[in-house]
Amino acid sequence: MRSTSLSRPRGSLLERLNGREHRLTSVLFTLPFAVLFFTFTLLPILASVVLSFTYFNMLQTPVFIGLDNYIRLLLEDDIFLTALRNTFVFALLTGPLSYLLSFVFAWFINDFRRGVRTALTFLFYAPSLAGNVYFIWTYIFSDDAFGLLNSTLLRLGLIRDSVQWLSDPRYSMGVVIVVILWLSMSVGFLSFVAGLQSMDKSLYEAGAVDGIKNRFQELWYITLPQMVPQLLFGAVMQISASFAVGYEAMSLTGFPSTDYATHTIILHILDFGTIRFEMGYASAIAVVLFFLMLLFWNMVRGGLRRFGEEEGA
Amino acid sequence: MSGLTKPRLRAKQKRVSRSFGGNFTVFFFLGLMSLFMALPLVYTVITAFKPASELFLFPPRFFVQNPTMENFTTMARLAGDMWVPFERYLFNSVFISFVGTAGYILIASLCAFALAKYKSRWLTVFNLIVVWAILFRSEVTAIPQYIIISSLGLINTYWSILLPAMSGSFGVFLVRQFLVTSVPDSLLEAARIDGAREGTLFFRLVMPMIKPAWLTLGIFTFQGLWNNTGVTYIYDESMKVLPVMLRQIASAGIARAGAGAAVALVLMIPPVIFFLLSQSSVLETMSHSGIK
Repeated sequence: MRSTSLSRPRGSLLERLNGREHRLTSVLFTLPFAVLFFTFTLLPILASVVLSFTYFNMLQTPVFIGLDNYIRLLLEDDIFLTALRNTFVFALLTGPLSYLLSFVFAWFINDFRRGVRTALTFLFYAPSLAGNVYFIWTYIFSDDAFGLLNSTLLRLGLIRDSVQWLSDPRYSMGVVIVVILWLSMSVGFLSFVAGLQSMDKSLYEAGAVDGIKNRFQELWYITLPQMVPQLLFGAVMQISASFAVGYEAMSLTGFPSTDYATHTIILHILDFGTIRFEMGYASAIAVVLFFLMLLFWNMVRGGLRRFGEEEGA
Repeated sequence: MSGLTKPRLRAKQKRVSRSFGGNFTVFFFLGLMSLFMALPLVYTVITAFKPASELFLFPPRFFVQNPTMENFTTMARLAGDMWVPFERYLFNSVFISFVGTAGYILIASLCAFALAKYKSRWLTVFNLIVVWAILFRSEVTAIPQYIIISSLGLINTYWSILLPAMSGSFGVFLVRQFLVTSVPDSLLEAARIDGAREGTLFFRLVMPMIKPAWLTLGIFTFQGLWNNTGVTYIYDESMKVLPVMLRQIASAGIARAGAGAAVALVLMIPPVIFFLLSQSSVLETMSHSGIK
């Protein structure tokens, strides 16, 4: 497979000589990561599946209770339903919107010359890069009249009393969505920018000859089918980010938020895992989350691949 | 000669599919989006330089009238007043960020090399699992991870932040993608024929070739570790990191709004500098990031 037909005899001899060494090296090279990956990424996933069928409080040994956690989760836990609804808002509305914005703006800045493109890439990526800076939004949306938004609206006479942006359940979810959108240009965006840059330019010329009239036709028939690998990567990153929304909501609107208005599945797990120490129940919530993520990713992957095959052919 | 080719190149660059109306729309939305992205960051910087009198001004102003370093001195004073010396928090943060980044670059690159350049059935399976696991970032597995970390007795140690950060599959995926496309097998074969052992091959030949990839991985890892507060795993004050300490300073509400912004500004500097220095490597690497 690896060697061309010309060098095959030499390659196969070397491979036979080195075969044992290669097998050993491949094990040695993979081992350090494999151990950590298994212990801290795979094992947590597998352990939560097992623990989800138990009652476990970290002190006593887990007690097997069958499907009780799941029954309680789906039938008795109203707050979980709120968390589920909010997570769906982030996964099905905010997430796709973030994804779309990331691509559209990567596409917009692609036509600029290098310097401008670099500056704009940096500007759009800066919020994700800056880490915890999103708390600055609490000064903007502050509940009192010192908040930038409240004071502006008051001065303009649009409101008479300051609005409780962060603690009124009618508004807090909207605020979190704005901040999440602000943070949306992350690794996926960089992948789109880079992918668009490495596009084969001759395809566009060929397209122009074939009668591509405007930039949307160019996007649909040439760019997007070529970008399917990057789009898939961006989709993974987006799904993994959208389902993990929670900590941002927590630092903006408090934990728990008023009427659980911005409660998400992640925060529900955090609640039972770190405050109530009901690890079995927390694991059951985590398993539901894993399942939803896998389901969603498989749907998106299927759709994007089919698009690549149809339009790219 | 060059006088002849230049105009032709220009003509090629100006593509037929670009209309004036379209360009206008692009500029309009770019402008709007740039404002949305930039204003909060600009506001952070401005707030950091506002004197207390302007922080309590009503109505609040966006811009600063009398810029001052007051907030930074307050931050330094409060940091100096903590019973754990400031240097300790700084050391914890720097140690965790650099050791974690270097360690992850090493083990992820080693594994990525094996996945990209050796062939065996279990490596293929492992690679599939690695790609699949990108989906689960650490926020999602935090609680089961906590159970494992605490049962290993790693609570209140650097390991509790370092090891999970080095267990993500994103880095391995990124470096592997780069390796597959930019290090030809024939080159490795040639080096083997010259008698290079696999270790030498990896450190002397492969690592220099894939520098953009591990530099990028380094940026992302550093960024994650630098911002990682480890609040779930670290309770011992002397083991806490800079962001936690600085957030304690900033947590006293509006009275500390200026200090809070100063803190944010200071914390923002290292990741921003590293990104700016290596952004061309980052984009080069990300162009290989596609999932087939």
